[in-house]
Amino acid sequence: MSNVPVNNGRRRFLTAATVVVGGVGVAGVAVPFIGSWNPSARAKAAGAPVEVNVGKIEPGQLIRAEWRGKPVYVVRRTEATLSGLAKHDDQLRDPNSEKAQQPAYATNAYRSIKPEFLVALGVCTHLGCAPTHHGGDFDQFVDGVPNGFFCPCHGSKFDMAGRVFQGVPAPLNLVVPEHSFTSEDTLLIGVGQGEV
Amino acid sequence: MLTNFMAWMDKRLPLTDAWNKHLAQYPAPKNFNFWYFFGSLAMLVLVNQILTGVWLTMSYEPSGDGAFASIEYIMRDVDYGWLLRYMHSTGASAFFIVVYLHMMRGLMYGSYQKPRELLWIFGMLIFLVLMAEAFMGYLLPWGNMSYWGAQVIISLFGLVPIIGDDLTLWIRGDYVISGATLNRFFALHVIAMPLVLVILVFLHILALHEVGSNNPEGIEVKKKKGTIPLEEQSKFEFHKQYTDKYDIVDSVPFHPYYSVKDIMGVAGFLILFCWVMFFAPEGGGYFIEAPNFDPANGLKTPEHIAPVWYFGPFYTILRVVPNASLGAIAMFGSIVALFLVPWFDRGVVKSVKYRSKLHLLNLIQFSICFVVLGALGTLPATPTANLIGQIASLGYFGFFIALWFYSKNEKCKPVPMRISD
Repeated sequence: MSNVPVNNGRRRFLTAATVVVGGVGVAGVAVPFIGSWNPSARAKAAGAPVEVNVGKIEPGQLIRAEWRGKPVYVVRRTEATLSGLAKHDDQLRDPNSEKAQQPAYATNAYRSIKPEFLVALGVCTHLGCAPTHHGGDFDQFVDGVPNGFFCPCHGSKFDMAGRVFQGVPAPLNLVVPEHSFTSEDTLLIGVGQGEV
Repeated sequence: MLTNFMAWMDKRLPLTDAWNKHLAQYPAPKNFNFWYFFGSLAMLVLVNQILTGVWLTMSYEPSGDGAFASIEYIMRDVDYGWLLRYMHSTGASAFFIVVYLHMMRGLMYGSYQKPRELLWIFGMLIFLVLMAEAFMGYLLPWGNMSYWGAQVIISLFGLVPIIGDDLTLWIRGDYVISGATLNRFFALHVIAMPLVLVILVFLHILALHEVGSNNPEGIEVKKKKGTIPLEEQSKFEFHKQYTDKYDIVDSVPFHPYYSVKDIMGVAGFLILFCWVMFFAPEGGGYFIEAPNFDPANGLKTPEHIAPVWYFGPFYTILRVVPNASLGAIAMFGSIVALFLVPWFDRGVVKSVKYRSKLHLLNLIQFSICFVVLGALGTLPATPTANLIGQIASLGYFGFFIALWFYSKNEKCKPVPMRISD
């Protein structure tokens, strides 16, 4: 081999150049393969905003709307529930909603635009199960709190503003999706207040 | 005629040579016991899964609208469809039973130790791909437990900082788990993962035959060339690839000695397998879970979401940690730890038979913790269950940490040079 004419510098340069050009090619080819996993145009269209008539919800009642295939809980909270919200702040992870789990316009004591209407994704922030609404019998889970949400999967607990209690697997408050009221009784889920 | 044909073939493809090298003249230690059934059984189940899987694909419809109904069609209208599906679903659970026992064997006899680290790594990669394969396959019937099980696992990727939400969106291909997710899981389950699995199994066996099989005594049967007098060497003829480099002792050719033994294992295994398949195909709700008889429904979570039993240990580790991100890290860590066993164990004595009492106790407590974690994974998360789960998780991780500490200067019994009769 020793007397074979070999130009090592040239060989190294050509190897490096081939690797670089080939690498760029591989990266380019990867784009369609990775990109095809994104939501398709059809899936994106199906993710359009949904309208909910909230006028017929009784106080204390919860209705489920479906937006982007996820359950959205809309609850008309009673006066008693609203005034009770502040009483268990010390048992919550994030009583003041400091983590960005809601749009700016819902970052308040009630986590809502109108105090009486809670709009929240019925998707547990632990691993995505749907928490069950317990109206009146939630005190079996948290003493002295009559209403709330209990996740049957891993026992996470949320109050009637969707705020998570301490000592449960869920780390964050329930997500309040972008929403707005287009009239007194019409709730639009998926479009934020002031975006229309 | 046949001889001529073989001669013709051998000139063009090393058929006889490969047969001899890997079967008829492969030196296997003479003392394999019950625990050595599970490697060949795993291959048997793999063949079963591939065959029945191909046949199921012929009647299955991979779409959000049609998947659930096509399973009912397979079960009710396709001739023997029920049998093919139960062979496949029972095979999935059987695969994990066999693989867990196979891994336990490796831990007991130190089959991961030098020079078999890479063999162990290939095995762990097979285990990892197997879990991905099983997870994706479980979505395909499109039952409600399929759906919510996938929901829970895909959500784990949402815990990745910054890109988490985009990552889960990309994996699902939709804002929720939908037909798009089902279709890509189908593609991965029937094409991509099986290909990878078969390649890894091939590499696993190739690596095994390069370093040679370990055995219950943990005594190497390949001795340095020229150190063993001829009359003490194994009397059988082995392939020159082995005898050129080593003096082989205490060994028998894999075929016919262990091919016949493994057929015994296959017979015993098939009796159990068929009993489950014919008399308890749902495995008491553990192999096919009750909520999976309802179609997938994104608005209705089953009362109690439990993974299929074989994910139980890792799922329990995930949920007993009070913090979601730390829980996910602990779960992945529990699998990474298994990968690293060859380096946690700093000892040189392989078999538990010659190692310290401490090592035996450590192995026993690890096995108990693993079973307890598995059982808890299928039960609801009560405070008591969580506490037990936390203790068992400590036991699980404790195994590796303790192993690292005591294995360096472990008091082992003297290991004989040869496997006694």
